Amino acid sequence: MSVMAKKVIGVALAVAVVGVALALYVADWATTFPPTVAASANPLSAGGGTRLTLETVGAVGHKYGSKPDWVSYLVRSNGQWVHSTIYKVPAHSVVHVTIYQFDSASGLRNPLFSQVQGTVGNTMTLNGKTVVSIPPEEPGHSFAIPELGVYVPLAGVNEEAKGFCEEGPCSPATQLHNTITFSFRTGKPGRYRWQCFVPCGAGFLNGNGGPMQTLGYMDGFIDVV
Amino acid sequence: MSSTETPKPTPSAAQAASPKPLWRKLVGFNLLTAVILGVGGYYLGWWIGHQISSPTFAYESSTDENDVALLLGYAGGVIGFLIGMGFANYPVARLLGRPASLREKESEGIGRYFGLCTDHKVVGMQYLVGIGVFFFVGGANAMMIRAELLHDVPTILGPGQYLTTVGIHGTMMMGMMTSGILGPFANYFVPIMIGARRMAFPRIESLTFWLLMAAGFILVSTIFFGGFPTGWTGYQPLNDQAVAGMDSYICFFALVGLSMTLLGLNMIATVVTMRAPGMTWSRLPIFVWAVIGTAILMVLAAPTLIAALLMSSLDRSINTSFYIVGGGGSSYLFQNLFWFFGHPEVYILALPGFGIVLELIPVFARKPLWGYKLAVSGMLGVCLLSFFVWQHHLFVSGINADLRPFYMLSTELISIPTGFIFLCFMGTLWKGKISLTVPMLFCGAWAFNFLIGGTSGVVLSDVATDTQLHGSFFVMAHFHYTIMGGLIFSFFAAIYYWVPKMTGLRFNETLAKWHFWLMFLAFNSTFLPLFALGIMGMPRRVSAYEPNLVPLNTWVSISAFVLGFSMLIFIVNAVYSMIFARIPAEANPWHSKSIEWQLPTPIPVNNFDKIPVFDSDPYPYGTPLPVGGSQAAAAGA
Amino acid sequence: MSSEPAVAPAPAGGEPNHLRRFLTLWLVASVIAMPLVIIFLGPLFGPSTGSEEAAGQQTIMTVLAAVATPVFMLVMLYLLYALLFFRQPRGAALEGPAVRGDPRLQTTWIVITTLIVLGLAAYGTYELEVHYGHGSGSGPNPLTAPSGPRLPVQVIAQQWLFTYRYPTMGDFETTQLVLPVNKTIEFQVTSLDVIHSFWAYKLGVKADANPGVSNIAFVKPTKLMSFWVRCAELCGLWHGEMTGRGRVVSPAAFIAWAHRQQRMLAPATKVLPKYSKTYIPEPAGRAE
Repeated sequence: MSVMAKKVIGVALAVAVVGVALALYVADWATTFPPTVAASANPLSAGGGTRLTLETVGAVGHKYGSKPDWVSYLVRSNGQWVHSTIYKVPAHSVVHVTIYQFDSASGLRNPLFSQVQGTVGNTMTLNGKTVVSIPPEEPGHSFAIPELGVYVPLAGVNEEAKGFCEEGPCSPATQLHNTITFSFRTGKPGRYRWQCFVPCGAGFLNGNGGPMQTLGYMDGFIDVV
Repeated sequence: MSSTETPKPTPSAAQAASPKPLWRKLVGFNLLTAVILGVGGYYLGWWIGHQISSPTFAYESSTDENDVALLLGYAGGVIGFLIGMGFANYPVARLLGRPASLREKESEGIGRYFGLCTDHKVVGMQYLVGIGVFFFVGGANAMMIRAELLHDVPTILGPGQYLTTVGIHGTMMMGMMTSGILGPFANYFVPIMIGARRMAFPRIESLTFWLLMAAGFILVSTIFFGGFPTGWTGYQPLNDQAVAGMDSYICFFALVGLSMTLLGLNMIATVVTMRAPGMTWSRLPIFVWAVIGTAILMVLAAPTLIAALLMSSLDRSINTSFYIVGGGGSSYLFQNLFWFFGHPEVYILALPGFGIVLELIPVFARKPLWGYKLAVSGMLGVCLLSFFVWQHHLFVSGINADLRPFYMLSTELISIPTGFIFLCFMGTLWKGKISLTVPMLFCGAWAFNFLIGGTSGVVLSDVATDTQLHGSFFVMAHFHYTIMGGLIFSFFAAIYYWVPKMTGLRFNETLAKWHFWLMFLAFNSTFLPLFALGIMGMPRRVSAYEPNLVPLNTWVSISAFVLGFSMLIFIVNAVYSMIFARIPAEANPWHSKSIEWQLPTPIPVNNFDKIPVFDSDPYPYGTPLPVGGSQAAAAGA
Repeated sequence: MSSEPAVAPAPAGGEPNHLRRFLTLWLVASVIAMPLVIIFLGPLFGPSTGSEEAAGQQTIMTVLAAVATPVFMLVMLYLLYALLFFRQPRGAALEGPAVRGDPRLQTTWIVITTLIVLGLAAYGTYELEVHYGHGSGSGPNPLTAPSGPRLPVQVIAQQWLFTYRYPTMGDFETTQLVLPVNKTIEFQVTSLDVIHSFWAYKLGVKADANPGVSNIAFVKPTKLMSFWVRCAELCGLWHGEMTGRGRVVSPAAFIAWAHRQQRMLAPATKVLPKYSKTYIPEPAGRAE
């Protein structure tokens, strides 16, 4: 084999190796999901079923990756706040949700979502008080599973007030927040998406860009198994 | 002009005296320098962007996005890349009053393929490999898409990454394959076919190639910036909402648009001004006519895209409101500007396919091209009409209802010149002596596929049926049949036909036939069911769909993997034949009477010893009819 | 081809009359295929029973397919015929006849294809306007509109859900789409953010939702059924999941449903903005 041919083969081999490495990198990027977090068991005394504990923060913070200034949901798992929006719940059961809302109010684009819909009793409790709706300029975020008909507005807090949480993870024990609880029923198994309906992606057009369109921040899956 | 080797342009160490050490060979204006300066230029642009925009736009802190910096970074990177490649040398030399070389790297061995070379044959070869690489990148994305579509909910790819993959697939294919035939084959063969020694603007010719390479790299870099969610059409206002990765798309298409405009300009200038004596317009090979039609489309349509994207980038980076309703703009503006480019764009993809097929079948049917003037009118008719149909992409978008009947008519009318091409195809095959060589097989497949694709276009051109089918997989099937079934099959026909001439090496015939049959059958198996999926109501660009469509999607995905495998067979054939086996091809394996096959292999740098004089029509095939035969035959209408 | 009679007959064996053979083949194939296409392929073209518009779309598609069938057969059969009968014999290097064209055939072809195309365009235009846009989004000022009472249903598209506002039934907005059968519906489709497209498959309705524009589509549902609604224009992350179900019910059930919605959604209805054809997002809408 000539010297030229050897060189060409060598180059071709190098190109192939680089190509495969790139392909693996891209495949890894493409298949990355936030981790799935299972809802914890809810004691029978509190109503049985499972419990999901979430918090919404105004800036997810440097602990959780590349976009520290983005709004985000965090989920409680094994005593830690985990940066994920994929939650696993059992089928044909009741899921009790508690959300600690730490962010300021941005207001709803569509005031329809100021009314609680699709939850058990079509109500939620806001800091202990049972309500069916809140004024449309008050939500900082919302939690909605359109395929299950669940829409829950989450009231915002005053960002000027003392104790406002500047960056996640935020602590319900010490920092300013609203506590919202509600329950919803699951049916058949499947992967259902959920999202926030408050345009809270600050700085993006219509408030709907960035975290509003990225899995792991303001969008996720409910895996009913 | 001397027919022997031209003198070296630069007085570097004479090769005859002593070989240059490796490091001397690497220093200079070449790909390595270009990459280094490109990276430097990127960081410089990024830094400048930060100086400009960080202090002034408060919103940036909450978005973590600095579009000004990224756009300027890409701009700086491209400029650095081009300077490193040597494109600034000629203008700077002229500015400084120094003598400038007219030829670059034309005698330099393998290095000329990795830099600015003014030999159009080298540029053609560069295009073939460069576009080929990005074609496979786009194809790999398609495999990822089909893997995800095996499931009816997002499973393998995250939904955001899925949209980016769909976007990269479409954008890369549309951007790269517009030059898929003009780049490699028109650059290589048009000057030879018209009897010229070079293109009108050799440096610009090389520029169009390197712009495309820079663009392709920029597009794939989008995954570092968050990807983009708009698909290849880049619709506003979703475009404005998107994170920084959208800027990669904008830069890619702007560079592609620039490359297209310059490529078209070069083709037109070459064919208009540099034809050899005797090469009248009515003796031009039909391939050259197709190239002219395509070039006209490129020159007139691509600038609209650049303008639309410039406005997009301004909307994104400095908050103008060209397309934002709340600020006084309109989302319809982008749709119209984009499709004013977008429709001629698809004819830019289709016309070269027409040209290749009509150029090749006379050789394999041993007959002259039937209906030459009709074929030319078909090409030019398509070229003209393609500017008057773009609103058919917007039939249900709420455009003024008065417009729809007109655009329905114009869209249906464009099938008439397309029909001419088919008639000429059929006429050429009539009573021919067809040899089913691999290029001929691809031409036959072109006719089969484009017929299906074109017929489905007629269904889409009717507004009432388009109402149900717009935005569904039916449209996907339609354009994959015309673009992939048409253009890509003719692309491979051209490869198998001309690569033996370009390299002097032959492909392995068995692998080539396997490639063809597997590709043809897998292609139809993949895309024919998509018509059904569209009619059953599956929208485009989704990774979640009705569960009852899972079996059909599974069939399509498996066929797609087989299609991908057939491409691997081609790569194996190409690598084996061109790198390992290196069996010399016959001088004229297809017994073609076209001028490029009468030249030695490899074709000398200046193409001809003496400029040829043309005196007959380009398809001197066939036994002339006996005296007293049909008038029509002699008339050659 | 017209050259046929002038060429001397083949020396041995006799070359078949290709023209006659092929045309016969084509005619027979078309005559067989066209009714097959109309009878068996036609009903597969989309849903047909949900509304007048859907039924019309299926008819038009069947007509187009039927007209396309002989054209399709012509080229497809020709390809097969040519590849079978016009072959270079093994090992030979013969040339075909040097025929460069046939003005009569070309003119005939041009005339026939032009007539077909003009006919299809006229047919399409007629169908479109006689059926008030045939379920398509016809913009804020449709060319023709059905006379008689119409039920306006505003389809509000947002990322990533369709909501529906019934201005004449208590002006409530809901996430459910319920329609009365056999009544003309006027969908007014608009968007709150990016471009979406309201696609109700079984109704045969598709209308893009653009911000700041009310895109009007008319439909008359003719069957009690449930149907799905999908978004047909890429609108971001959950474009594929922007789906919902709609129902067509009897007029009485519809009114009962509307009253129930009014009651249940009273808190939300109180805070909705005044009904308007469009709801323009706040200026620029970028900086917070």
